[in-house]
Amino acid sequence: MITLSHYIVLGAVLFCIAVAGLFINRKNVIVLLMSIELMLLAVNMNFVAFSRFLGDVSGQVFVFFILTVAAAEAAIGLAILVLLFRNRSTINIADIDSMKG
Amino acid sequence: MNPQLFQLICFYAFGFVTVAAALSVITLKNTVHAVLALVLTFFSAACLWMLIDAEFLALALIVVYVGAVMVLFLFVVMMLDIDQEKMREGFVKFLPVGLIVAAAMLVEMLGLIGVRAMHAQVMGANPATAAGLSNTAWLGQALYTKFLLPFEIAALILTVGVVAAVALTLRERGDARYESASQQVKVNPRDRVRIVKMAAERPVDETPAPPQESTP
Repeated sequence: MITLSHYIVLGAVLFCIAVAGLFINRKNVIVLLMSIELMLLAVNMNFVAFSRFLGDVSGQVFVFFILTVAAAEAAIGLAILVLLFRNRSTINIADIDSMKG
Repeated sequence: MNPQLFQLICFYAFGFVTVAAALSVITLKNTVHAVLALVLTFFSAACLWMLIDAEFLALALIVVYVGAVMVLFLFVVMMLDIDQEKMREGFVKFLPVGLIVAAAMLVEMLGLIGVRAMHAQVMGANPATAAGLSNTAWLGQALYTKFLLPFEIAALILTVGVVAAVALTLRERGDARYESASQQVKVNPRDRVRIVKMAAERPVDETPAPPQESTP
């Protein structure tokens, strides 16, 4: 029998994997963006599970909005990335330090 | 087979694929492979959502993420010429820190969730079916009544996203030639064509044409 905890534990595992990804891929912006997508997926997993468990539609509506905002965020983030690569010829985070004081 | 047991087996199978693919997203050397692993993660997550009757969101996840966002990622990854080896610098250096932080977070979260309460919270009946609707109708009824304003704002956010993405990447190149539609519309024919009045026939040329050289 599937329980609420199954999904919450899975969401927690996904979230921790994404956090580890943020730590170990500190150079590659694309992998960082993908880790953020993984985090959003983990949160969405919790929303869907709670929506089903509580019988409340709001959780699924919220997932819908998170998907919308995440799509816009990915589009703008990748546009910034392309712009950055065009101007600096690198997407290495260590090289992008022109705003350092 | 007992359908509930079958559900549980499906959950573990899809959950295993999801976690394994998520792990390969953050560890794979080649970024293209990482994007493809992320596609697999989203796909199996969609299967997991379908398991608890969130059909609309599962299909939306596949259409929006696998179909649009991941293709965008693939485009960008393949367009940028990235030095894969250089990107891996510091991977080993930060690996222990990342693992420790992730493990600590996981232990904390699992403690909060309480694994011992695992079997107490059984998923109830499908609320959409209980209301006599399909999942999509159930979601749509809430979306178009209670959440109408947020829905419109979401549309606005998407529009802003599109405009921002285009505005960011649009560039004016100095060496390229452009058409200016407004200038083309505003132009006056008199500025372009000059009508010249002249005689219909050319005056006959007095000097004879030079003899053509014979070619062998």
